[in-house]
Amino acid sequence: MNTPPPAVPAEEPVVIEVERPWREAWRMFRQNTAAVAGLVTLTLIVLVTVLGPFVYPVDPFAPTGPLLLPPGEQGFLLGTDQQGRDLVVGLLYGSQSTLMVGAAAAAITITIGILFGALAGFYRGWVEEVLMRITEFFQVLPPLLLAMVVVLLFSPSIYSISIAIGVVSWTSTARLVRAEFLRLRELDFVKAERAIGARNARIIWTIILPNAAPPLIVSAALSVGVAILFEAGLAFLQLSDPNVMSWGYLISVNRPQILEAWWPVTFPGLAIFITVLSVSLIGDGLNDAFNPKLRQR
Amino acid sequence: MRLPAAIAKRLGYALVLLFAVLVLNFTLLYLAPGDAAETIAGEAGGASPEMLAKIRRDYGLDLPFFDQLYLYLFKVIQGDFGHSFYFDQPVTTVIFENLAPTLLLVISSLLIAISFGTFLGVFAARRPNGLLSQIITVLALLGYALPVFWTGIMLVILFASMIPLFPTSGMDSGPLGASGFGYIWEVLHHLALPVLTLSTIYLAFYSRLSRASMMDVLGADYIRTARAKGLNERVVIFKHALRNAVLPVVTFAGLQFGALFSGAVLVETVFSWPGLGTLAFDSILRRDTPTLLGILFFSALIVIIANLLTDLAYRLVDPRIKSAAKA
Repeated sequence: MNTPPPAVPAEEPVVIEVERPWREAWRMFRQNTAAVAGLVTLTLIVLVTVLGPFVYPVDPFAPTGPLLLPPGEQGFLLGTDQQGRDLVVGLLYGSQSTLMVGAAAAAITITIGILFGALAGFYRGWVEEVLMRITEFFQVLPPLLLAMVVVLLFSPSIYSISIAIGVVSWTSTARLVRAEFLRLRELDFVKAERAIGARNARIIWTIILPNAAPPLIVSAALSVGVAILFEAGLAFLQLSDPNVMSWGYLISVNRPQILEAWWPVTFPGLAIFITVLSVSLIGDGLNDAFNPKLRQR
Repeated sequence: MRLPAAIAKRLGYALVLLFAVLVLNFTLLYLAPGDAAETIAGEAGGASPEMLAKIRRDYGLDLPFFDQLYLYLFKVIQGDFGHSFYFDQPVTTVIFENLAPTLLLVISSLLIAISFGTFLGVFAARRPNGLLSQIITVLALLGYALPVFWTGIMLVILFASMIPLFPTSGMDSGPLGASGFGYIWEVLHHLALPVLTLSTIYLAFYSRLSRASMMDVLGADYIRTARAKGLNERVVIFKHALRNAVLPVVTFAGLQFGALFSGAVLVETVFSWPGLGTLAFDSILRRDTPTLLGILFFSALIVIIANLLTDLAYRLVDPRIKSAAKA
């Protein structure tokens, strides 16, 4: 860099340089058909969940037809369940619990994971020792069992379920964030911040964390999927909010009749599967978009 | 670090973890809203005032937090994990009766997932874009996104009414069933569907893991050397590559044990498999808190033992660990 820079207007290239990685990732993501399909499906599910109750305001728990009516009969597109509830309504309203708990629990997972991982990876020493021992402790407890205990003791509600799921599933996020911090803290731009006397809090939250964002976003997408499966699993074990319709609840109440009626169990299960699949496709797409080199794997 | 010293250190750490599980159990019970005595009694015959008074005395529920904790830990050290008021039996008795079926289910699922998964992964790694690799990618996606209890229910519908090849409920045919070798066959027959359901999730996981690991190893110099000196491809794959590629699989086998237990709770409930998972589900229905807390403790104990064994296996498989510093 001995030659003086050519006389180009300075503002133009700078802006492009800053935005390029994210734009590049978005371009890669758009080219991934499966990921886009996942994104479209999930968007539709979210729209239906938000708008459904306005378009079709009913009590999802109220029976509206004969018991266990097969799909397509008497105008019930997906049939009715063992209490005579329209399964279309059940599916429409059941996504509320799924999406709310999925998002809230994933937010808790990510928050605890970032906090533990960032502090452990940045400060090292005894802080890392203590935080990682706590992480190992939580890895020893079977997550679903711990969530069951918490939800049973604090009685099932959207809140207790979200907190329980968040509290049992943050360990892998913490390990990921810690690994990223261990890698990034030694890099030159972090050392430069330190050299100009930046406070630790600034280095952690505004310098290192944004650079750890790509793997964290992928892990967040996976956490949402895991949280949805946990919510469904807890509801299947009869630990669901009694005031909020949920897909897992529909499977749970209709399970005793599966040999007479397959539909009230099959459709909610398919709904869970499609939702988690979309989230997972989005996660895979993000992963490929942020790590183009790994795509051959 | 020498082997015995390392193991002693791991054992000590395991004890600390177990102690922490107990403190957590107690703290959750302490923090739970409502009358602790009623929580402990559960829905056992409406809990008479005498019974509640006895629970209050036994657990010292009027005492401050640390005195209660001390009392609780003191009882646990004597092997008293509380009393299940539903069964009117000690929690340990109830749990030990259900332990073996769960271990049978979890261990056979893990072994099947690891062996088939590694097998698939090794073959897929040789053609990173081949058909088998594609199948594994799809399997992994399905394994991640399918709710395991729903897969189980679908299998129950399929096998109970359409193809009655395998029993869909319980572990044996009851008191009228066979004995001796006939009984073992009967249990294995009942085990088929639960193991199929539980192992499918982890099959995808292990095939993906071993594929990635095998691809790494196959790119290494010593594999090129082995091929260059004209070794049979089968020897290269199974003797040189597989031994190294299997290390991450061993690591994860231990780490996954807790998750496997979670899956077992759901699978057991679907197939009425008489293990800890079904017991946990029934405890929820009966609000039998002491039993549920006992299950949490004993499953953590099993996970810790599994981790210790993995650690040991790892040291045996990979001699470098003995000299290497702690990672």
